[in-house]
Amino acid sequence: MLRTIGRRLLLLVPTLIGLSVLLFFWVRALPGGPAVALLGERATPEAVARINELYGFNEPLFIQYFTWLGRLLSGDFGASIQTGRPVLEEFLRRFPATLELSIAALIVAVGIGIPLGYWAARKHGKAWDHIAVVLSLIGITVPVFFLAFIFKYVFAVQLGWLPSDGRQNPRIDATHYTNLYVLDGLITGEFDAAWDAVLHLILPALALGTIPLAIIVRITRASVLEVQNADYVRTGRAKGIAQNTLRNRFILRNAMLPVVTTVGLQAGLLISGAVLTETVFAFPGIGAFLASSIFARDFPVLQGFILFIAIAYALINLLVDVSYSFIDPRVRVQ
Amino acid sequence: MAHTMRRRILTGAAAIAIGTLALSACTSQRDDDGGTTTEGDVDSTFIFGASGEPSSLDPAFANDGESFRVSRQIFEGLVGVEPGTADPAPLLAESWDVADDGLSYTFQLKEGVTFHDGTEFNADAVCFNFDRQNNFTGLAQSESLSYYWGKLMRGYADTGTSIYGGCEASSPSEVTISLTQPYAGFIPALSLPAFAIQSPTALDEYDADNVGGTEEAPTQSEYATSHPTGTGPFQFDSAAPGEQTTVTAYPEYWGEQGQVQEVIFRVIGDTTARRQALESGSIDGYDLVAPADLGALEDAGYTLVNRDPFNILYLAMNQADPALADIRVRQAITQAIDKEQLVTQVLPEGTTVASQFMPDSVIGFNDAVTTYDYDPDAAIALLADAGFTEANPLTLTFNYPVNISRPYMPNPEQIFTNLQSQLSAVGIVLNPVSNEWGEYLDLIQGGSDHGIHLLGWTGDYNDPDNFVGTFFGAQGNEWGFDNAELFSALTAARGLATEEEQAPAYEAINEQIAQFIPGVPLANPVPTLAFDQRVTSYPASPVQDEVYNMIELSE
Repeated sequence: MLRTIGRRLLLLVPTLIGLSVLLFFWVRALPGGPAVALLGERATPEAVARINELYGFNEPLFIQYFTWLGRLLSGDFGASIQTGRPVLEEFLRRFPATLELSIAALIVAVGIGIPLGYWAARKHGKAWDHIAVVLSLIGITVPVFFLAFIFKYVFAVQLGWLPSDGRQNPRIDATHYTNLYVLDGLITGEFDAAWDAVLHLILPALALGTIPLAIIVRITRASVLEVQNADYVRTGRAKGIAQNTLRNRFILRNAMLPVVTTVGLQAGLLISGAVLTETVFAFPGIGAFLASSIFARDFPVLQGFILFIAIAYALINLLVDVSYSFIDPRVRVQ
Repeated sequence: MAHTMRRRILTGAAAIAIGTLALSACTSQRDDDGGTTTEGDVDSTFIFGASGEPSSLDPAFANDGESFRVSRQIFEGLVGVEPGTADPAPLLAESWDVADDGLSYTFQLKEGVTFHDGTEFNADAVCFNFDRQNNFTGLAQSESLSYYWGKLMRGYADTGTSIYGGCEASSPSEVTISLTQPYAGFIPALSLPAFAIQSPTALDEYDADNVGGTEEAPTQSEYATSHPTGTGPFQFDSAAPGEQTTVTAYPEYWGEQGQVQEVIFRVIGDTTARRQALESGSIDGYDLVAPADLGALEDAGYTLVNRDPFNILYLAMNQADPALADIRVRQAITQAIDKEQLVTQVLPEGTTVASQFMPDSVIGFNDAVTTYDYDPDAAIALLADAGFTEANPLTLTFNYPVNISRPYMPNPEQIFTNLQSQLSAVGIVLNPVSNEWGEYLDLIQGGSDHGIHLLGWTGDYNDPDNFVGTFFGAQGNEWGFDNAELFSALTAARGLATEEEQAPAYEAINEQIAQFIPGVPLANPVPTLAFDQRVTSYPASPVQDEVYNMIELSE
């Protein structure tokens, strides 16, 4: 097992090198280039030329690439053009917000998706099954940002039930240790702060969780249906095994295998979905910052964050594969 | 499993029920909070929706609006502005005298003023701040940091180009600042937050000059991120980068403290998100309301506050295009445009039509400048005279930016469409080219491959050079002409010592520009702020010098 993990981690190296090449050349291909991004609207051509000279933007691209790579390897991701702070610091500061939101979205997706899919399978062919299928289809097709706007408009602006933006009511004076606000509220005993953070999570988590929710409903439903009709279940039923045992031991456990894979893949995708959700809900995580970085042409941030996200994605995938082999021993043999 | 499932559903339903209850509790929370923090019934916390976070809380190292918005609460300079105008007024200096040669300025300082760290504001503190900026070295001199000192003082001690001559404290309440060249814009320039007076003790203690990183992405000092110390009505409390910056009332403030005891600047990047944050009650107000939102917000009972426009939107004509080098063509375009129609149809209410390349409150505005009235027939005749007829029409590239909103240009796409239809009406064939903002500026300022285009400018302080000097001070790609007479007139006007000398010089320059027709000054669009009903008065300022101790709240 350890050897498999080690090998997978080693495979990350060429992937990241490839990605770094793409990121580097993509940023250099941006119109205008970094000098104008820095100097602003009224920059004179002389000033632009001076900056290009100073930072070697005139050097051959491959020399610029190796200089950049060298700095990355020594942990220097550069500083954000927008805020002037190191990219790594910006990432670490914002990541807890995105992590908290992603966890909340995953809870929504898994907590509703698996029971709903299971239920639809058991009511196979009946009206409720059709409704679940149609709803999940809508969930997959409606874009996240549109859903986010609708949720916000209805529940925050019109009905005023839930907050429309941010992570916490600015009037609440909360103490933060981990920057996971719900957890912080629970640790410090500031339960009103924790509850306020939960309220702020509901709408963005629903918006962000909808697509994974819909996918999980469909996968769970299909998987349960397949297992329900498998030979060993029929045999079990014929042998008179109790309904509950049959459902828990035979059907659910076996049906969960593809669901776990799907959940893992969706967990990785949540971070990219967060770009839109966080922007709509002014949720100060890495997603909203990435979006504003695109407009500000804050290329050190774009390069750094995309590398971090790629690493996170690869690690989540690794985790899924490892947990998969625990659920299904057959995987381990290979 | 079925049992667990059922139990889970029940738990879920219970959670929703509790949630709904708690939500109703939450809506009333705002009112509860207010009562505990102030005398009276007013919630003394004011929450402003900012479009970005401040780049630096050390105003000497900042040049962006979001930084200055926060700086103006914490810091004060020798000179402020007359409320509601762009004109200089006493602030930390009670009065000043200018020497006859225009080279030295003696300020009488306000007494009994303290910095937020308890130290005294005096003449030594003033000199410390001016000497500090003049002695910036290396990275600290870059445009991305001390932009205004570099631009306005034209250099630093070690570059040998600085026009700053020195500072002398003759008594704790009297200070003389000298220049090496006359500079008429000096007093108005001092109203910029970049020249605010900061606590020398705090600047030293928290290593304010210790900036790092690179010129393209400088990193801030400890002082600038967590210890900015000034004399203003509010002191720095905390900053959660990307989320919010908080300042609280400074109890020892020398002036009126006002109702607001705490100001939170929340960062909400998206315009629609800012509007919705106001509608859902999580902020008290925000800046640069989109023209499309104005009607709906007004109907819903929100308070809209207009700033006096201190900007200019223009249609530039690039004379590198041979057709545009012909003054008859430029005049034809001018007469083909109905500015009134443009203003009423696509610009925010309150916007005024412009006659020259600066707003009317700027020194040197010429009331009698030559204007070209809307006259499509005259335009057609002028074009025919220049050799362009229906059979051989004038063909021009029309450049405009997309997906951007500036105070002087809230909706470039609509402005373009409006002008396009007006110009087509006199038979001009247009070839529209649109670009994203950054790309657009590169195209317009980086080369000569463009025709007529939309652009503009918001002034920093009351100074004509900040408008016409920026546009026409030297040869550039944007306008594509070489007018030695105009360039030298602008250079000479910049060096004049007093406003009395400046006014006629710039009036003459404005007439010169009107005769030359480098472009069409279109309008001075009104920037609008929106507030919750509880905000009964907001000190709107054309140069955004808005200090929140002046805000009045009703609940």
